[in-house]
Amino acid sequence: MDQQVGLSGEPGVLIAPSADSGDVPTRGTALRFRLRTALRHRSLATGMVLCLAIIALVVIGPFFISTNPNAQNAVDVFLAPSAQHLMGTDSFGRDVFTRVLIGGRTTLLSSAAVVVIGGTAGTIIGLIAGIIGGPVNFVLMRLVDLLLAFPGILLALAVAAILGPGLVNGVIAVAVVLVPIYARLVERATTVVRARPYVDAAVTLGAGMGHIMRRHVIPNVAPSLIVLSTSWIGIAALWIAGLGFLGLGVQPPSPEWGAILNEGANYITIAWWITVFPGTILALYVVGMNLVGDGLRDQLDPTVSRR
Amino acid sequence: MQVKVRQISAMLACRASGNGLFTASLGGLMFLDKDYMRMFDVNNQHDGGRHGEQPATSRGRGRGPIAGARVSGYAVRRVAALLPLLVGISVLVFLVIHLVPGDPVAAILGTSDNNPALVARLHQQLGLNLPLPAQYLHWVKGVVTGNFGYSYSQQIAVSSLLVTNLGDTAQLTVAALGFSLVFGSLVGVVAARRRNTVTDAVGMGVALIFLSMPSFWLGLIIILVFAVQLHWFPVVGGVSFSGLILPALTLGLASMGFIARFVRSSVIEAGDQPHVIIARAKGLRRWTVLRRHVLRNSVLAVLPVIGLELGNLLSGAVIVETVFSRPGLGRLLVTAILSKDYPTVQAVVLLIAVIYAVLNLVVDLLYPVLDPRLRHG
Repeated sequence: MDQQVGLSGEPGVLIAPSADSGDVPTRGTALRFRLRTALRHRSLATGMVLCLAIIALVVIGPFFISTNPNAQNAVDVFLAPSAQHLMGTDSFGRDVFTRVLIGGRTTLLSSAAVVVIGGTAGTIIGLIAGIIGGPVNFVLMRLVDLLLAFPGILLALAVAAILGPGLVNGVIAVAVVLVPIYARLVERATTVVRARPYVDAAVTLGAGMGHIMRRHVIPNVAPSLIVLSTSWIGIAALWIAGLGFLGLGVQPPSPEWGAILNEGANYITIAWWITVFPGTILALYVVGMNLVGDGLRDQLDPTVSRR
Repeated sequence: MQVKVRQISAMLACRASGNGLFTASLGGLMFLDKDYMRMFDVNNQHDGGRHGEQPATSRGRGRGPIAGARVSGYAVRRVAALLPLLVGISVLVFLVIHLVPGDPVAAILGTSDNNPALVARLHQQLGLNLPLPAQYLHWVKGVVTGNFGYSYSQQIAVSSLLVTNLGDTAQLTVAALGFSLVFGSLVGVVAARRRNTVTDAVGMGVALIFLSMPSFWLGLIIILVFAVQLHWFPVVGGVSFSGLILPALTLGLASMGFIARFVRSSVIEAGDQPHVIIARAKGLRRWTVLRRHVLRNSVLAVLPVIGLELGNLLSGAVIVETVFSRPGLGRLLVTAILSKDYPTVQAVVLLIAVIYAVLNLVVDLLYPVLDPRLRHG
């Protein structure tokens, strides 16, 4: 694999649109690689195409549809897929295709929200623990350990039990699972980077904590944050849909992939299309995100790419 | 060893991004961030063993001349580390009912009922008028003696609910683990032996798809195909043997995908060792080399994964049991959450978290037993 990782003078494609990268002069780090090389990575390319197609469908699709996703029609109940109803109709005569497109927005947006909320909170906690160190670090990291002691879904379910059902509560419940994961990653990275001689040198030269964080810590942790976030966007979609399926997420009649599956599950013997279509799209999306995550890991992790 | 840890961690990272539904696991995440940490090349940092205590990396080649003493010291330390973890878990679980907005008693009675005498009596009865630490101690005392309180919605002791449901979940989990181990290893070994061929690509592609698939959807599809279309199994299985097959398949497939990917990488790594090449060069047959030199080493790498998988399967059962309307801890938890039956929620969460912690401990303790290198330095 002939990757241009490292100090190539090529105008690289910065795939980290993080807020911090703006004021960090990227010095040809692992973050830079050429898009063409990246796309030669087959699984990365496949995953990207898959995800972009689904995102485009969900973002653009609803503009071409005038039907109300919740419009009931007592006559057209359980119609099989046809030119009129691409994915058939459900028990209320609602068009499944419309509901899948609109519901996809809910699922995908909330999964992005999960990663943004949980990731930001975890990153901040990790930075605080790593920078301040000492007893603060000890206490925060023991709490993180404690949260990590629960299998992910169990934690999300416990939070959902506390907050009660609902979309926002579901997003919070899943985001809570991400907090310790990001905090642990960022704390380790921060602690390690802070112990580096060049950071000591920077401190000696009078650099403040803010500068060290921007200039040294964040650029170092960014690649792994990107990989982690990519994987988690997929899983978050899965979990949001999972909560919806269990009846703990979006409440009917609002469409959401998991909620549609939940309703469709009751009619699986007479109307397979209600469950098969939204589930397939969700599965493809998660497969795609996993492929992208695998590919990015290969691209951004120097220990793999220098094979 | 470096490389091995890297591979384990990369695989577990994949696992974290997969599994029918619910994955992120304690051990997996420890590996996961070790993987990411390798980007910062922190070889001397993560060996502190502060968090992970993974014997393969941190305890591997210590200097102590008395191997037995070192191992038992390790065991004592690991077991001792479990205690604060259990206390922490129990505090968090205890707090669940107090974090619910509003008065727990109102939640028990439902919003409509506001009889002050009844509210006061329940406060008294549940000990809610005591200070929080006293309530915690009271609750822990109950839990230790097997008294988890009283289920609001089902009107029986929570402990008897746990007893009736634990067996079903255990059955499902073990069946799924057996399935995923057998078929996952098979696919993994075959893919490793035919590395970079079409067989390999197909096998790994299928593995990735299985581990990315939402288990609630996979379950529905399996019902559709095997129960609705083919009539091979009942749609709602219950706890009979024929009712076990489809749920175990659903739960096990995701796990199979993961184990296949993991076994493949560990077999490839074990097969690239110099002694394997020498074994081939001196004329041993491929199969003999595989059995004697490759598989034995890769089994060791798979061991920690089995413990994690059991934990994942246990929590994955939450979804699968709901899909198949099968009794078990997971279904109990979901119905308890929906009916705001907090004592039951607390009990199930506590039970699964404790089982999970203990399983991880057992795996950590087994490691040096099975790997002589860790015993003899």
